[in-house]
Amino acid sequence: MAYLKKSPWLLHYDASSCNGCDIEVLACLTPLYDVERFGIINTGNPKHADVFVITGGINEMNRQVVKNIYAQIPDPKVVVAVGVCATSGGVFRECYNIAGGVDQVIPVDVYVPGCAARPESIIDGIVTALGILEEKRTKMKEQEGSA
Amino acid sequence: MTSIIAAIAYLVLAPLVGGLISGIDRKITARMQGRVGPPILQPFYDVAKLFEKEDVTVTPSQNTFILSYLVFMALTGALFFAGEDLLLVIFAFTLAHVFIVLGAYAAFSPYSYIGAERELISLMAYEPMIILTAVGFYLVTGSFYVGDIAASQAPAILYLPGVFVGFLTILTIKLRKSPFDISTSHHAHQELVKGLTTEFSGATLGKIEIAHWYETVVLLGIVYLFFGFNPLLALVAIAVTYVLEIFIDNTFSRMKWQTTLKSGWGAAAILGFLNLVVLYYFYLGV
Ligand code: SF4
Repeated sequence: MAYLKKSPWLLHYDASSCNGCDIEVLACLTPLYDVERFGIINTGNPKHADVFVITGGINEMNRQVVKNIYAQIPDPKVVVAVGVCATSGGVFRECYNIAGGVDQVIPVDVYVPGCAARPESIIDGIVTALGILEEKRTKMKEQEGSA
Repeated sequence: MTSIIAAIAYLVLAPLVGGLISGIDRKITARMQGRVGPPILQPFYDVAKLFEKEDVTVTPSQNTFILSYLVFMALTGALFFAGEDLLLVIFAFTLAHVFIVLGAYAAFSPYSYIGAERELISLMAYEPMIILTAVGFYLVTGSFYVGDIAASQAPAILYLPGVFVGFLTILTIKLRKSPFDISTSHHAHQELVKGLTTEFSGATLGKIEIAHWYETVVLLGIVYLFFGFNPLLALVAIAVTYVLEIFIDNTFSRMKWQTTLKSGWGAAAILGFLNLVVLYYFYLGV
């Protein structure tokens, strides 16, 4: 059964965002948007998370951090890159310390455009990610079955 | 015979009731905060999902500990609803918590260590009051057996108002509500990550959640005992108590562990103890 879609817990990580996107991510939790309606909870713990939301580009200091967090999230998991910085590096792309978008270090499933990304598009991105999450779970089950 | 049926009914129904209570809790909480809130069945979705996830185990022993936690929590309730000795129920209850603390210690992580230590503190904080509650029931009804207490026609609440308020204080600790949610809570504590439950994921976390549902039902069962002379009134009292807990949860921010300890022991020493002293001198049992 697809309970995963009904209870996605997310982990929000600020890679090197200007904080614009972070505010918008947090805005999703406020009474106006209230993502808990969809069972979405913002956990602070990678081991409880299903959806990894990253804002901001990857810099050389947090490359390892992002990889580490990603590795700690139990399967199935999806990564949502929020804002143009997270998708490609955005305005910081050419900076000496920026490695680029999140997909430079870990596989990204959904890219949410915008600077800053609007709460509506963030929620839309997460809902899209839930479909992918479900696909991954099915694949995981199949692999378990064949193994 | 009826006691066995009651125990089995508890084992089967308590997770359903507990989960439903937790869902209603989240809904009311959301409404208090001006949000729409998740569906009432959300806690069941959460647990079902946890069982779908990959099981990441840090140390194999932690799974054994958490399983023991669940088993002893279920046993606590089964003993309670079978009408057994309240003291035995309390000891099984404590033992269950010792297991979750051991599980958290076994995980070797700074966050779960802090969580485990704080859980021990809250264990210390509520234990005196819970024992005084049992003693209070004994003074009023003349029995430690839950079955006798529940069947007693003595209006326990009238004799034990102090004990009841004291019990409400530790109920807040036990339900992991603010201001006493020091070891872990339903909302993330960013600075402690998830405290006690940080290192548990997937099915193991699901078991902790189910054990918590069992626990909620037992605790509300103890509230029932105060009003056992009138079952209808008891159900109303349980509902009012729980809404009050949600209200407290939403009104207070989390406080330091010292406050938990002081409140737990303060409630036991002042409300519980004085109540029992008065009762002991002026009322000589049924
Ligand atoms: S996309 Fe814009 S708002 Fe978001 S982190 Fe980058 S610069 Fe800031």
